[in-house]
Order: sequence, then structure tokens, then C-alpha cells
Amino acid sequence: MTPVIELEGLGVRFGKRDILKGLTCSLSGRTIGLLGPNGAGKSTLINTLLGFHKPSTGTARIFGHDIRSKITHIRNVVGYMPENDAFIANMTAVAFIRLMAELSGLPSEAALERAHEALFYVGLGEARYRKVGTYSLGMKQLAKLAQAIVHGPKLIILDEPTNGLDPPARQRMVRMIKEMREAHNLHIVLCSHLLRDVEETCEEVLILKEGRIVHYSNLEEERSANRRFVEMEPIGDTAGLAQALEGLGCECAFSGGTRLKAVLSDGIEIRDIYRLAAERDIQLRRLNYRRDTLEDIFLKAMETNTNGSL
Amino acid sequence: MAVYKRSYRAYSGRLTPEWSRFYILTRYALSNLFRSKFLTAAFVMCFFGPLVCMIGIYLNHNASVLALLHTRSNQIINVNGNFFLGFLGMQGGLAFFLTAFIGPNTIAPDLANGALPLYFCRSFSRAEYVLGKLFALFYLLSLITWVPGLILFGVESNLSGLAWMWENRSLGIGIFLGSAVWILMISLIAMALSAWVKWRIAAGAMVLGVMFFLSGFGAAVNAVLRSNIGHYLTPGSLITRVCADLFGVESPIDISVWSAWVGLLIMCGICLLLLSKKVRAFEVVR
Repeated sequence: MTPVIELEGLGVRFGKRDILKGLTCSLSGRTIGLLGPNGAGKSTLINTLLGFHKPSTGTARIFGHDIRSKITHIRNVVGYMPENDAFIANMTAVAFIRLMAELSGLPSEAALERAHEALFYVGLGEARYRKVGTYSLGMKQLAKLAQAIVHGPKLIILDEPTNGLDPPARQRMVRMIKEMREAHNLHIVLCSHLLRDVEETCEEVLILKEGRIVHYSNLEEERSANRRFVEMEPIGDTAGLAQALEGLGCECAFSGGTRLKAVLSDGIEIRDIYRLAAERDIQLRRLNYRRDTLEDIFLKAMETNTNGSL
Repeated sequence: MAVYKRSYRAYSGRLTPEWSRFYILTRYALSNLFRSKFLTAAFVMCFFGPLVCMIGIYLNHNASVLALLHTRSNQIINVNGNFFLGFLGMQGGLAFFLTAFIGPNTIAPDLANGALPLYFCRSFSRAEYVLGKLFALFYLLSLITWVPGLILFGVESNLSGLAWMWENRSLGIGIFLGSAVWILMISLIAMALSAWVKWRIAAGAMVLGVMFFLSGFGAAVNAVLRSNIGHYLTPGSLITRVCADLFGVESPIDISVWSAWVGLLIMCGICLLLLSKKVRAFEVVR
């Protein structure tokens, strides 16, 4: 199967600043999450994939089409919902979406029909004859989503789609993203600061930091993997306990200072942990099974040294 | 009213050719322009001059009216290069004021509301965007400049005979070419300024201000330096010189024709450069 997005040593430079530094990876999931702190290069990566910025080194491919040579073809199959306000204020929503559909190549009548459909789909059917400039922030987000899907793209790039939405509107947006993913032959790239949104909707996650890839995670695989996560709060020689657990083949990591997280290897039971703690005169104040959340993955990735590729 | 099921489906119908998509913007821009009653009224008033000229041409060929007026040369107006130069001067001035009102409506709202990424994430280039908006202005301003000009030329040809038309064919070419260059220049100036000054009203004032400032500055340079170098800073002087040459009449602007053409090209080039800096999906802070 052709990967949705392939990055091959992709670098982008603005003036003397390297914004993206030799990114290399291949993403094939139906929904791909793009995470990273402010200034990590997420939006620059999206803009480069859309051909807004020229790569200084390397290249990228979307559905096998090179962004350097086939950008027009790529734009025909991609829908983009930008992060910031993007609309034409003095147009009704239906005229605005119709214009966007026509610019994507749909004939005028088909564009009008699709504009109505898209607005109904995102839940703006009743407000479709109102000017977009009079919409609330949440409604503008939905209008942006409608323009991104109106021409029936194969890949939708959503940049912070839940920005400024109240909790019910956020839930509706997340539900809609899931629905699009499941019901249609669509791929979605979701760029968000909200880890919960990404965790709820994405199969794959790419974490960027300072213009480099610091972590790739296949959430689907991690969800289905039969790994045993234990979180404990020992008092005493914590490092010694971690060392002993690692000696038994467990993976250990500290979080929040005193908390110790461990992935138990095969054949290791909870009573082995108690035994090791007792041998070292360590109190275990708390011990519970706990899987890594995306937040843990993200925080761990932020501590990682950057090397640019997977 | 159609009732749509809440469903999403991919589009698999035919697509319009890519080269023709710039005209979509023209169509939408034109439909938006006439929403303003003031603009519609101003646009209608622009036809007053051509109407008066047409009546003049008609009376020029009406023997009973000429006999009634006892004109010395047996003519009310002399339809020649000077007539059309004056006509284009009047209509060109009106076109400029109209551009100052409608020009900023083309790009400034898109920039103010961040709409450009939505255009350029499709298979739609920056050049097509500028061309689409430019075409809207060209279409509108053509209706008050070279179109009535050529109609007057046609009326005069019809009344004076084909021999007159053949003898004065350069006037027809001049009407079109002179108007087209003027429209192109004022449209580019209006678009470039509206791209830099995102507030529509300020952009309109800026268009008027820049043109009057350039004219005043050019006149001041001419007066202080006792030269004609200031004409190169004045778009009106440059186009007058070019049109005078096209109509084969003596020009009040004493600069060479080729230098006037170069001046116009440089001005258009600067406007295109300003547009290329601003008409982008995203501004990059380096």
C-alpha cells in the first residue's frame, strides 16, 4: 500500500533559521496525529506538504506524489482546514463554500449542491444563508471544515480543528472526525495541541520538537499490545528498585519525581516487585496497573534528544 | 427547498479545466461589486460623458441642426485624435476614481480575513488569483473606457463613411491600447496598495493619496529642477504621452514616447513586485 505521507530528509529553512531539519518517516494510518510544542514545526510541515514553503533539503510525498514536482495534483486530492481565521466575511456560508468548491474544479451547479451537502454535514445547514463574518468562532471552525471537505478530498489536513470550541462543540468535532475516518475512504492528518483530541481520533502519532521528529507512535498497535504497565510510588532506594526490575528484564522510567513506571516482562508478577522492595527495605505507597497515555508518550518524547528521523 | 441527508460522499464528477478557474474569482468579484448602491450609481454616471459625446457626433452629422446653429466650420465638434484623447482623459479620470473605490474591495478583505491559504491550498496559483481579481477590474473599467470609445469611433465611422474609418484606424487601436494600459496600471496600483493596507477604506484613501502625491511631487520636481524628470513620477503624464502618440497628436508632456512606455512598465513591475510579496498563503517572518 502506498504510504499517505513519506518524508525523506525534509528540511525547510527561513532565512538563516532551520525550521524543519531532515525529517524522515513514512505514515500510512487513516488518522495521523501531529504533536509538538509551539515552534516545533508542525504548521511549517503542513504548509510544506501543501506547497506553501519550498523544501531546502530532501522532499516529501503524498500518496506517492512528490511535493516538488506534483504539487498541483496533490492539492487536488487534499482538503485543508487552517488554524487561524480564514473566510470571506461578506459572503454567505453557502456562497463561500460554493466558491471554494468551484476553485477546486467542480462545475458551478455541482459546487452549489456540494456546498449545501457539506454545510448540512458539519451542522451548519440552518445557518447556511448567514454571512460567514457574523458566525461565532465555533461556527467559523465548522465552515472551515466544510470548505476542506466540499470537493471530496482523499486526505484532509486539520490544523487545530478544536481551537476555540466549547466542550460540546469540541465533542461534536471529534465525533465528526472519527465518523469521517470510519465511514469514508479518507485519510486525516490532525495537528493539535490537545493530546486528548489526538488520542481519541488518531492511529499514528508523530511528535516534533525543534524541527525534528522525536517520537513516532502507532497508537493502535500500542493499544492492542499485551504489555503490562505498572505505576508505583516507592519510598527509599527507588533507583535500586528500578535497577533490580531492569535486571529482571522490565523497562522502567521515572515520572513526576518519585513515581516509577515499569513495563513488566514475561514471567514477572506483582509479588516479585513486592519481594524486591522488601529485600531493599523499600516502602511501596501505591502500586497500580497503568498504561502509558499519550500524555506520557508526549512528555517522554519532550525529554528525548532530537535526531530527526525514526 | 431541497432537504439534504446528513452524509458525506466523495466527488467523482467531471472537473473544470484548470486554466479557466481564474475566471471564477472574476465572476464572484463582479457579483459582489454591484451590491453597493453608491457604486452602481457612480458607475451609471460614468456613461453620461459618452452619451453627450455620442449626441455631439450625431448632431455633427445632422444638417438641419448645423444650419440652425450657424457654426463657422460647419461642425460642432471635430472628431479626431484630440477628441479621443480628451474623451479618454475624462473617462480615464472617472475610471481612476472608480478604481479607488472598488480596487481595495478585491484583495484587502481576503487578506484581512486570512482567506488566502484557502485559495492556494487548491490547484489555484497566486498568478491566477491576481489575474482573476485584475480581470474583474479590467472588465468593469473597460465598460466605461474603451468600449464606449470604440462605440463612438464606430458611430463616427458609420456617419462619415468607411473611408474615414480606414484613414483613422489608428484611433481605434489607440482607444483600446491606451485604455487597456491605463486600466492595467490603475488596477495594479489599487490592488498592490490594498494588499499592503489591509483595511479597505484606508486602502481606497491610499490609492487616491498615492496618485495625487505622485502628481504633486512630479510637478514640484519639474518646478524645482526646471526639468521634465517629474513626469516620470506621474502616471497620468506617462499615459497622456503614450496616448498622444497612439492618437498621433501633439503631446503637452515633453518626454519621449519610449521613455513613457518604460516608465509605465516600471510602475506596473513595482506593483507586481508588491503583490508578489503580499499575495501568499502565509507570510514568512525571516
